Amino acid sequence: MSEVIVVTSGKGGVGKTTTSANVGTGLAAMGKKVLLIDTDIGLRNLDVVMGLESRIVYNLVDVVEGNCRIKQALVRDKRYPTLFLLPSAQTRDKSAVNPAQMVKMITHLRDQFDYIILDCPAGIEQGFQNAIAGADRALVVTTPEVSSIRDADRIIGLLEANEIGKIDLIINRIRFDMIKRGDMMSSDDVVDILSIPLIGLVPDDENVVIATNQGEPVVGSNTLAGEAYQNICHRVNGKEVPFIDFERGISFWTRISGIFHRS
Amino acid sequence: MELFKNILKRKSSREIAKDRLKILLISDRVNCSPEMMEMIKNDIAKVISKYMKIDTKSMEIQITKTSSKGRALKNPTLYANIPILDLKQ
Repeated sequence: MSEVIVVTSGKGGVGKTTTSANVGTGLAAMGKKVLLIDTDIGLRNLDVVMGLESRIVYNLVDVVEGNCRIKQALVRDKRYPTLFLLPSAQTRDKSAVNPAQMVKMITHLRDQFDYIILDCPAGIEQGFQNAIAGADRALVVTTPEVSSIRDADRIIGLLEANEIGKIDLIINRIRFDMIKRGDMMSSDDVVDILSIPLIGLVPDDENVVIATNQGEPVVGSNTLAGEAYQNICHRVNGKEVPFIDFERGISFWTRISGIFHRS
Repeated sequence: MELFKNILKRKSSREIAKDRLKILLISDRVNCSPEMMEMIKNDIAKVISKYMKIDTKSMEIQITKTSSKGRALKNPTLYANIPILDLKQ
């Protein structure tokens, strides 16, 4: 009953790596056996977001080329014993691996894990083709901006053409104050345009930057983004969770911080 | 003209973004420009008008990848929404 999930977006910088790290960590925290694979060859980042950069010995390209056994390349997470990372190579480029090799590797790994999460590179070239080759389902990450929505639409078309069975949408970096003013598209607007099921809404929360600075995940923490990622994990796992009412969330946090500012 | 409309209506940037994206994605999805969509629309209107009276002003054509039930379709499909004013002519 294992599932291979690709996290993709088309446009760069919308939060694929942050989403991969937090969804992977959140699922591991629920006791699932999870493998995170960084497929961005040449620009590896998932290791540093996870805070595991100093533990890397072998990488994805070493596995594919047979320089090591798969087990040797997996980095165990420092927080959760059921969470592993297969880092990408930093000194190679996307042509070092092809889709057939990815499928072969994933077929070999899939019965050892509950979830395999593939962090996809930006773009629609070979790196993207490698990442989606072995995937059962996709999480498409977008922000409520025209450029990333346009790219997400293109990616959804390509995922459908490649017969990825289940495609869900995560809207990242939502600014509720801007939506209120009428200066940002709401989640309803984005879902209306892209017409795929919504699986997560993540607010623009400075705690994500703070957590990433420290190489820690934000999921499960007592923050808006932490709660949002936690809910995504539940939904990925098949549990229905209502979407957070962020307006209430915002006023609640403003109230709390207001108390501290006063004192 | 479009500019005047925006000033008069005071469209929010959210609405502008949504409208721009909707038009953009139609042409992205089928590799077909908004001008060509307009030409297709006018040609369809011309043909149908031979047989019945239609409301050409409020007719809409759209190319989508999802069915009316929201399910993904294998091939993009052209939907035309053409209000009929009078069947007999």
